[in-house]
Amino acid sequence: MTMPYYVAPEQVMKDRAEYAQKGIARGRALIAVIFADGILIVAENPSRTLHKISEIYDRVAFAGVGKYNEYDQLRVAGIRHADMKGFAYSREDVDARSLSNIYAQYLGQVFTHEMKPLEVEILVAELGGVPAEHRLYHVAYDGTVVDDERFSVLGGEADVIAQRVEECYDPSWSLGEALRATVRCLGGPERSLGPEDLEVGLLAATNGRRAFRRIEAGELTDLLAGDTPAA
Amino acid sequence: MSLFLFPPADDPGPSFAALWQRVQPDVPLVTGALPPEAIRHGTTIVAVRHAAGIVMAGDRRATEGVSIAHRSIEKVFAADRFSAVAIAGAAGPAVEMVRLFQTQLEHYEKVEGAVLSLEGKANQLSQMVRANLPMAMQGLVVVPLFAGFDVRRGVGRIFTYDVTGGRYEETDFHATGSGGRDARTTIKLGYRDAMSRDEAVALAVRALYEAADEDAATGGPDPVRGIYPTVATVGADGFQQVGEEEVAERFAEVLARRERPGGRSGGDVA
Repeated sequence: MTMPYYVAPEQVMKDRAEYAQKGIARGRALIAVIFADGILIVAENPSRTLHKISEIYDRVAFAGVGKYNEYDQLRVAGIRHADMKGFAYSREDVDARSLSNIYAQYLGQVFTHEMKPLEVEILVAELGGVPAEHRLYHVAYDGTVVDDERFSVLGGEADVIAQRVEECYDPSWSLGEALRATVRCLGGPERSLGPEDLEVGLLAATNGRRAFRRIEAGELTDLLAGDTPAA
Repeated sequence: MSLFLFPPADDPGPSFAALWQRVQPDVPLVTGALPPEAIRHGTTIVAVRHAAGIVMAGDRRATEGVSIAHRSIEKVFAADRFSAVAIAGAAGPAVEMVRLFQTQLEHYEKVEGAVLSLEGKANQLSQMVRANLPMAMQGLVVVPLFAGFDVRRGVGRIFTYDVTGGRYEETDFHATGSGGRDARTTIKLGYRDAMSRDEAVALAVRALYEAADEDAATGGPDPVRGIYPTVATVGADGFQQVGEEEVAERFAEVLARRERPGGRSGGDVA
């Protein structure tokens, strides 16, 4: 009879964390910033149809990096949670905090109990009535939740990119300024990203009840070029 | 409330109703079983197609038997950005059906990342009306009208339903509810092809006036309380509620025509 190997729990956790981090680091990064008119989420994503950023509810948006099938499953589960809650109670009762807690519990449970952790990092953003009430909940692969104050960076090279955002961040940015600055931070000094490399989502009160909308095609090109006054 | 994750072979997909039934099987989506005279009824709703979309309107009265239960109930709702739904019949289940329908459309759109076709939306509503059939047999009839702007074809379209969930597309206009017959006749006499939005709004308002004139359960304009029927349009620019002042003006025109010497029918037919 063979004896099972003993592996120290610290080692198990370390191996799983490394595995998840590697998977996430392979993916392109994503930045969410709180600016004058709302919350802007910019992701490097060459696909026009496989989204990283999505609407969850009236004032709540989702963004994920890492393995597409894994964060997309979480995105759909988030929409289900929000719609169920809004239907059973009221639209006002749906918030990002409760959703990010549920995500955190699920990710934490998978991380400790399953063979393979989820190779994802997600962001739940909520547009508040005033800028001080905007929320960015950053949930890591092991279920750690961070309530980011001004901006969040997810995905590969997050530390380097976060440093770049830290250096230029200005809460009074207009939409165009915020977009151009975050795109510069995503690309870094060597690369210049064009509209075809980007997926952009915006949470703004001016969009009406459903505050989320995508910034695409012509509008994105114009904003990147700085031709149009910030809307 | 937890995170709803399902194995791929057993996933409810983008249907909100299917999700609800999986998660909350004990809580039926549309409920209620009361003697018909004890429940509130909504009455006349109309839809008219014009050159650039559709106009939908409904009076504001709800009745319980022979008494007026509510003077300012809403019967015309935005189903989503490019469609509107109006309800006649038992008010409780009808309003609940609208709420479910709105959630269903938005849920699909968010999960799939694409908007349902207008016909897809009409079929969804048909399934909901059919699901209400057991209650309809007990007297809780809900008959919606659905209309919207078909963005793929660039035209306004109107769909009507019967209690069994039967779905019928109307070419130009329709009206249902207790005053529906009078409203329909009025529209029939005044309808012309390719009307403008303003003409269609005026015609819908006049149809409601005539329905209220003949049907006790349909509320007319109430200038004393400042309550006017709900009128909405759906065109290429999406769902728009017609402002109360505009509706009040159209009613004033209908009344002005009636005050002309010898005028009783609301003026010219055309």
